[in-house]
Amino acid sequence: MSAAPTANTGLIETDQHGMKAHSDGGDAYVPVQSRAERFTSTSVDDFEKVTGFELEWKLTPIARVTALTEGELDGSAPATVLPEGVPGVTASWVDRSDARIGTAGAPEERASANAWSSFEKALAIDVSGEELHEYRVIRSELGQTPRAAHTVITAAPFSQGLVILSNSGDAQLSENVEIVVGEQAQLTVVTVQEWTDESNHLASHFARVGRDARLRHIVISLGGGVVRVNPSIHLVETGADGSAFGAYFADAGQHLEQRVYIDHVAAQTKSRVKYKGALQGATARSVWVGDVLIGPHATGTDSYEENRNLVLSEGPRADSIPNLEIETGDIQGAGHASSTGRFDDEQLFYLQSRGIPEDEARRLVVRGFLAEIVAQIGSEQVESELSAAIEAELTRAQGI
Amino acid sequence: MSNLEIRDLHVSVETEQGTKQILKGVDLSIGEGETHAIMGPNGSGKSTLAYAIAGHPKYTVESGSVKLDGEEVLTMTVDERARAGLFLAMQYPVEIPGVSVSNFLRTAKTAIDGAAPPIRGWIKDLDSSMSQLRMDKSFRERNVNEGFSGGEKKRNEILQLELLKPKFAVLDETDSGLDVDALKIVSEGVNRAKANTGLGILLITHYNRILKYIQPDFVHVFVAGKVVEQGGPELAVRLENEGYDRFLSNVNVGS
Repeated sequence: MSAAPTANTGLIETDQHGMKAHSDGGDAYVPVQSRAERFTSTSVDDFEKVTGFELEWKLTPIARVTALTEGELDGSAPATVLPEGVPGVTASWVDRSDARIGTAGAPEERASANAWSSFEKALAIDVSGEELHEYRVIRSELGQTPRAAHTVITAAPFSQGLVILSNSGDAQLSENVEIVVGEQAQLTVVTVQEWTDESNHLASHFARVGRDARLRHIVISLGGGVVRVNPSIHLVETGADGSAFGAYFADAGQHLEQRVYIDHVAAQTKSRVKYKGALQGATARSVWVGDVLIGPHATGTDSYEENRNLVLSEGPRADSIPNLEIETGDIQGAGHASSTGRFDDEQLFYLQSRGIPEDEARRLVVRGFLAEIVAQIGSEQVESELSAAIEAELTRAQGI
Repeated sequence: MSNLEIRDLHVSVETEQGTKQILKGVDLSIGEGETHAIMGPNGSGKSTLAYAIAGHPKYTVESGSVKLDGEEVLTMTVDERARAGLFLAMQYPVEIPGVSVSNFLRTAKTAIDGAAPPIRGWIKDLDSSMSQLRMDKSFRERNVNEGFSGGEKKRNEILQLELLKPKFAVLDETDSGLDVDALKIVSEGVNRAKANTGLGILLITHYNRILKYIQPDFVHVFVAGKVVEQGGPELAVRLENEGYDRFLSNVNVGS
């Protein structure tokens, strides 16, 4: 296409940028794909081998997780410690044919599908009590064998619950976690990653939030080599409310990734996304992708997503990518914010002017920065453990 | 007797237009228990003096000295100055997300004293100072300055002044943005600190108003980066009536 002749200005005419087709694309028109149109399948064979060029994988060091994307996974029930006697919460290992499986979503990429194809028993956690109790699942002895896991957390209508997945020790784990929140239920799901440096963990969480129900989803990633936790929260019925919080602290050599997807399907749904990360060490990496889709029927929606990164030394890289798709004109609000930066000098000056030495002032600022997310959990025990773990990260991190 | 001696202090700041001289030879001596008011028009360098004494990295000391009991302050880091006994009550206190007032105060007190304060006495001191400053106990659990009103931020500054017990405090326009009730509460706090610890005060203000509640021993008129006139409390009254005009004939304010 050439530009139409305009008034003769005596200047050399150039085509407007973007008016001409790319020479390599021929005539094929490839639209930007909506998040809703992404291919899903529970079978690993439906996905091509991961090359690293895929949208889903291009920011991930795939060579470090080949065993999970391409390899055979041990699908037996992973070593899991379940609490006893928590009122209103039951858990059991169920077969693949269980009706609860597949109710909240399906894999969008190969590692997730590999886990789905491989698991033999799923952990089904049922929350039915109307009073809030904490149910903490501990996985600390998974070992270095590549394995698959599947968990389904179901909150019955009108129930309340706090389910914590505490992960530590060694692991090579690809897993799917399904979360179904029934009408007017209020559920908090927390996943804490404190793996060893030699561990890798790829997780997809799929949540389906019902009428006037509320889900708070919290990801805390401190330890592990490559840790990728991708929550997709589908607000499928009127009045559903979903919050996704996350805190991460990446040291040298760590890759901590989270791809959050909030899918506003129904009207009057509300979402809040807030992820905060600290990065320390030249090879520390973090990735945050925040997709929000407000569908054509999601009128009156209120959504906001935010990612903040605090870079503590020279050299780390933090990718922060908010994406907003809005398919209806009638919404209450849809916003996003992203920032990646160094310490605020004025904060440090203020603290130092009160006698606090610089290194301690820096620790105080980072601790405070991440504490906002940790305080969302609602379990004193877990919050104090995590504060201590963050403290230990800060002490290890040199120069701050 | 403690004293703070400022001698021939020259300070500049980097701006987009290049280096700008702000303080052009300041001389001041403040003794223990004395209150010195620094009054001057906007842009005269009053706040620069406050921040230069505290050691803010934005300001460059070109020459001169600031000595606290004979020790050079200008070579100390910001936190060393505070531990030596200097305090700056800021005009715009900074928000520290995720750090509670109680945690912040305890951390600061521990740093200043070199040891954690005994828990019972500390809580008692904290409670009593807060109640005298009409600060609700819930303040302790709030994040430092986050969501505080202007008056709450100033009271929080004076709370720190009372608890950290410095030898000398610079109050940078502590009166700005306060209604008369808050001004009285804040002034009482300053007067208490002075009565309890023999605090020396450098009170920077644009207006005479706060001087009704905090009685100055000396008043210095600050214009274009220098002290141009000194006197007793009567000078403040004269400034209130006549303004700064008679000092401004030869200088270009705020340029």
